[in-house]
Amino acid sequence: MKTMKTDPTRNIRIAGLGGMGILTSSQVLAEVLFEAGYDVKKAEVHGMAQRGGSVASDIRFGRHILSPMIPDGETDFLLILASEEIEMHRPALRPGGVLIDARAFDAAALPNRKSLNIAMLGALSRHLDIPVDAWHRAIRAAFPEKLRDLNVQAFETGRNLPKPGDTL
Amino acid sequence: MSHRQLLSGNEAVALGALHVGCARGTGYPGTPSTEILERFDELGGEAEWAPNEKVAAEVALGVAFAGVRAMVTMKHVGLNVAADVLFTSAYSGVQGALVFVVADDPGLASSQDEQDTRRYGIAAGVPIIEPADSQEAYDYTRLAFTVSARWKTPVILRLTTRVSHTAAMVQPCDAAETPPRPHFVRDIPGRVMIPGHARIKHRALRSKLAEIQKWNETEGPNRILPGAAAVGIVTCGVASQYAREAAPEATVLKLGMTYPLPFQTILGFLKDKAKRFVIEENDPFLVEQIRAAGGDVPWNPEAFRMGELNVARVKRILTHDASPEPVAPRGKPPCLCPGCPHAYVFEILKKHDCIVAGDIGCYTLAALPPLSAMDSQICMGASIGVGLGLRHVLPEAEARRVVSVIGDSTFLHSGLTGVAEMVWNPPPFGHVLIVLDNQTTAMTGQQENPATGRRLDHTPSPRIRIEEVIAAMGVKNVLTLNPVRQAVELDAALVKALQTNELTAIVARQPCLLAARQIRAAEQPSCVACGTGAGG
Repeated sequence: MKTMKTDPTRNIRIAGLGGMGILTSSQVLAEVLFEAGYDVKKAEVHGMAQRGGSVASDIRFGRHILSPMIPDGETDFLLILASEEIEMHRPALRPGGVLIDARAFDAAALPNRKSLNIAMLGALSRHLDIPVDAWHRAIRAAFPEKLRDLNVQAFETGRNLPKPGDTL
Repeated sequence: MSHRQLLSGNEAVALGALHVGCARGTGYPGTPSTEILERFDELGGEAEWAPNEKVAAEVALGVAFAGVRAMVTMKHVGLNVAADVLFTSAYSGVQGALVFVVADDPGLASSQDEQDTRRYGIAAGVPIIEPADSQEAYDYTRLAFTVSARWKTPVILRLTTRVSHTAAMVQPCDAAETPPRPHFVRDIPGRVMIPGHARIKHRALRSKLAEIQKWNETEGPNRILPGAAAVGIVTCGVASQYAREAAPEATVLKLGMTYPLPFQTILGFLKDKAKRFVIEENDPFLVEQIRAAGGDVPWNPEAFRMGELNVARVKRILTHDASPEPVAPRGKPPCLCPGCPHAYVFEILKKHDCIVAGDIGCYTLAALPPLSAMDSQICMGASIGVGLGLRHVLPEAEARRVVSVIGDSTFLHSGLTGVAEMVWNPPPFGHVLIVLDNQTTAMTGQQENPATGRRLDHTPSPRIRIEEVIAAMGVKNVLTLNPVRQAVELDAALVKALQTNELTAIVARQPCLLAARQIRAAEQPSCVACGTGAGG
């Protein structure tokens, strides 16, 4: 077992609409952080909400995580896949928190429209101290063979954005 | 030593059940419980979906009567269906072990009510164990089986949405238990619950509970987390996480077994605390019992028995903040997928201004705008009975517009007895039943059901033909139509059915868009060349 990290709790929310791959990208993120040695909690809601409604996944990591959901005003990174959802989640951000908005992504530059969720993790990765190969490993583990390269490519597109998120 | 793993509470329950030697897991899909059996199957456990929770619980009880360990999984409202089994199996007890894994949905993320399963513990006399995170979901699953096996009693493992669907660290315990071999031991007075036997078993149940309570006082899964002596919080389940985050300085008594409660421990804990709080989700279950036992704990404001708790709400309780809570933004409501076959049927029902007695599934979303084409939804199978009741008493012009609409999985869960009623006590102007057969249990994530021709693990099984069952039960007109390709015919059939005084059932069959590819693959004939199924 790796040594547990002792950092203070940090909070990431991924939000959008059912069907956009929020549960998949939050799974990749949680695995990456967990492998890096953090205590991690990832909270999400299944069922009815997945039928095209608002979906959000909260990922908290640090030394010892208690509540699965991020208390309002304590979100460090907010990833919004559907821009109409921004206002709903804005109160969740802490002052100085980082907003990563899907509108920063040029859809044409992505290998596939459905890979936006992973591209956004690429942008997020610029803010986290995690080796890039750990991200690639987790992405490859999360997808079937034929989608692996495509999603790694989408991740790199996000990672190489000139401005990966706005500090608010 | 096993590796630490990142598991949801549901996955942790499955792993715990596997490690404790659970011989068979049964259940019916229901958010937030569904993934338990799916994971148990993936891990190599014997798992099955049953037609409904009552049958699932009966099968599990039979397994436990055979001397081995069984679990049955369901959502909170599923236990209403299985309650008959729960109450009397508490009397009979079990030979092996039987754990009811029941997942509550405080805040109604995907349910029709937010009932508190813990009430069933008191009502039926069944111990309740409540994990607070994935590690405890794993540990307490093992504990639930141990308690069940030791006292030969069913045990309820109560989960809630945030325990079931939060992924967190689990360090599994290496000591896998070797399950006993199944063997039938006759015990007629112990398992045939006629009055003469049941009177004796009721006494036996009460003495078992007294013993379990004594055990819970000294060896139960209850912990005191030290802090400042001034503030004492009694808590359980995921609420304990919010309490610890909201009040890191407080002394916390975290209860793992919440029925029968360790009252001496609780009263002893409260004695020297200047400020006392009980933090629990859903009903004031602990508060009521602690107060009844003489503990001086305050009632929390009524608002906090509704919805989920969180750190902010717990802070309000702890600071007696009675100011109005901020209204959480609602977000975009869910809707039927674009092109969903259900939508075609509801467009037709809407066009004819039908009074739709609805049921539980994705199609319940038809009640929301823009369709707004469902008039009632109460519980699994209610569409048929409620539709018949409306038809019996409404004036003719209104009665003729009443249609019962139910999905395939829901029909086989609780619709068959509704059809028996329809045939036995038909309303004067007949009735129309539409079965929306999308060939999967869609809302909970595309599980199999008795009409799909496949079992939980998607291997082939005999298939129940819904239209044949309905016809065999005596409904005169039974049609099967494709709601997408035969929408015109479906419209005409509905109009005709509404005009007659006969009973009509229309099976509207078209695969769910989300499951279509999986269904097609599973239904391809076996590959002759290699002798394997082509499904995948």
